[in-house]
Amino acid sequence: MATGVPENIAIDDPGKRVVLGEAEKLPLDSGESLGPFTIAYQTYGTLNAEKSNAILITHALTGDQYVADAVHPVTGKEGWWTMLVGPGKPIDTNRFFVICSNVLGGCLGTTGPKDIDPKTGKPYGLSFPVITIGDMVRAQKRLIDHLGIEQLFLVTGGSMGAMQVLEWAARYPDAVFAAAPIAGAARHSAQNIAFHEVGRQAIMADPDWHGGDYFSHDVIPSRGLSVARMAAHITYLSEAALHRKFGRRLQDRVQLTYGFDAEFQVESYLRHQGSTFVDRFDANAYLYITRAMDYFDLAAEHGGNLSKAFTGTKTRFCIVSFSSDWLFPTSENRDVVHALNAAAASVSFVEIDSDKGHDAFLLDEPEFFEVLTGFVKGCAVHRGIE
Amino acid sequence: MNTPSIRVDLRLIADMVDPDCRMLDVGCGEGGLLAYLEQEKQVDGRGMELSMAGVNECVRNGLAVIQGDADTDLKDYPTDGFDWVVLSQTLQATRRPREVLDNLVRISRRAVVSFPNFAHWRVRTQILLRGRMPVTGALPYSWYDTPNIHHCTIRDFIATCHEERYEIEQAVALNGDGTPMRMAATSALASLLAEQALFVLSRKSS
Repeated sequence: MATGVPENIAIDDPGKRVVLGEAEKLPLDSGESLGPFTIAYQTYGTLNAEKSNAILITHALTGDQYVADAVHPVTGKEGWWTMLVGPGKPIDTNRFFVICSNVLGGCLGTTGPKDIDPKTGKPYGLSFPVITIGDMVRAQKRLIDHLGIEQLFLVTGGSMGAMQVLEWAARYPDAVFAAAPIAGAARHSAQNIAFHEVGRQAIMADPDWHGGDYFSHDVIPSRGLSVARMAAHITYLSEAALHRKFGRRLQDRVQLTYGFDAEFQVESYLRHQGSTFVDRFDANAYLYITRAMDYFDLAAEHGGNLSKAFTGTKTRFCIVSFSSDWLFPTSENRDVVHALNAAAASVSFVEIDSDKGHDAFLLDEPEFFEVLTGFVKGCAVHRGIE
Repeated sequence: MNTPSIRVDLRLIADMVDPDCRMLDVGCGEGGLLAYLEQEKQVDGRGMELSMAGVNECVRNGLAVIQGDADTDLKDYPTDGFDWVVLSQTLQATRRPREVLDNLVRISRRAVVSFPNFAHWRVRTQILLRGRMPVTGALPYSWYDTPNIHHCTIRDFIATCHEERYEIEQAVALNGDGTPMRMAATSALASLLAEQALFVLSRKSS
């Protein structure tokens, strides 16, 4: 299959799909437009008659729409936020209708660079238009409109998901009753752009990348993508978490062997993270999505004043950061809080004490769960949801 | 739902605040006053609290509270963003109390400020007779562990209000547990007998 998609990425997943943008293409920040395009999404729970109980969950860089499935169709693992989303959970699917869609430019069903360009009959590769967080959110808005939902009760997500939450709240304030950006920022920092660039360069330096046209060569740039993942994974942890998990312990040996095998457990762990990642993620999608995060700067879209993004907002916000997160540190979350205060918005802000780094938002953090539970309950009372 | 119970001194503030107003409680602790006012007076309440444990407790209970500091975080709020702002028993612990007061009357139409009176007779006598830093019900700390770095007396506070041209709308003398006394805080006797005082301030319309 010369122009086909390698099997490990051609996933025949059972999720929901909708084709949008047929009548009206999706305008992109780059000036291009896209349409028709597919959005792959999952839903959990039931939409009530008033359509007032819908929660949109926005996923992070390498996340996907399978937020609360017991078994992920590709990895076989649990969905990425099952601790938080499900029956009786802080985001209770007995009570709320939860929607999560694969982002535009992604690689799990929503149109992205590995999909076939109808103009050429071949995968887009690098001819896929560059997309932004704003584009992702506009695409999600089309999905929400398609589902007939005028106002989302809550939009929440962590990391890049938090960027989408902020974009939602700024762009569609009337469509967002409550917003909970977790471990996020209103812009991608220079340091974060730098880390992303290392990852992208690793991918593009892999000879199997072929200028993004690897499907034509029946290969994938797995070494480059794996290195990108390894570098990124370090940024998701903290020094304390790495030390606690691995220390300087050796991997399957009792003494040093003086070579370049994975001597240390931490090396073995990172190699495993890298190699499993390439089985589920498309290298070009990684380029596009990291780029979208780099471009994100909500204040810049509003004349350099972040509070202007939220002028007059009625949305209720809950910002959460984690103390050991150095990728999206508390200070950046606090900048959002300050901007919301300046806009006289209703805002809660909590820094959760954790040594697990940025990843904490995906892990068992009871205090975080309690805070989100309280926020959701309080908002549900104000929204009049049973 | 049962009416939540609150401290005596907070009850006094709760009775002053108008129903349905926008209110900011600076140093809201675990959110007792906010929860009470949201339920009893449908107040659109916000809170700011220094201790993370307090903030988490508030947000767990559905209150809109941020972790923040009166010294650094009040400046973000827009002018006249609130109808009422409350700073209860915190002014003496701020680094720049004049700036804090300035921000309070800027961001809100009315500011409730309460503080322990450092000229209370028990304070005076402890210094005068024992030569020791006072430790009283309203000032329960030793010199080395007190968070209170800018003590003031009722008269100091009134003088500052005059200097800054704040309107004193109410001045209530309080005893140790926060119960109002039968005298205005501006009276000569209150300077000696009031353990605490509570003022309602606003910007003077120039």
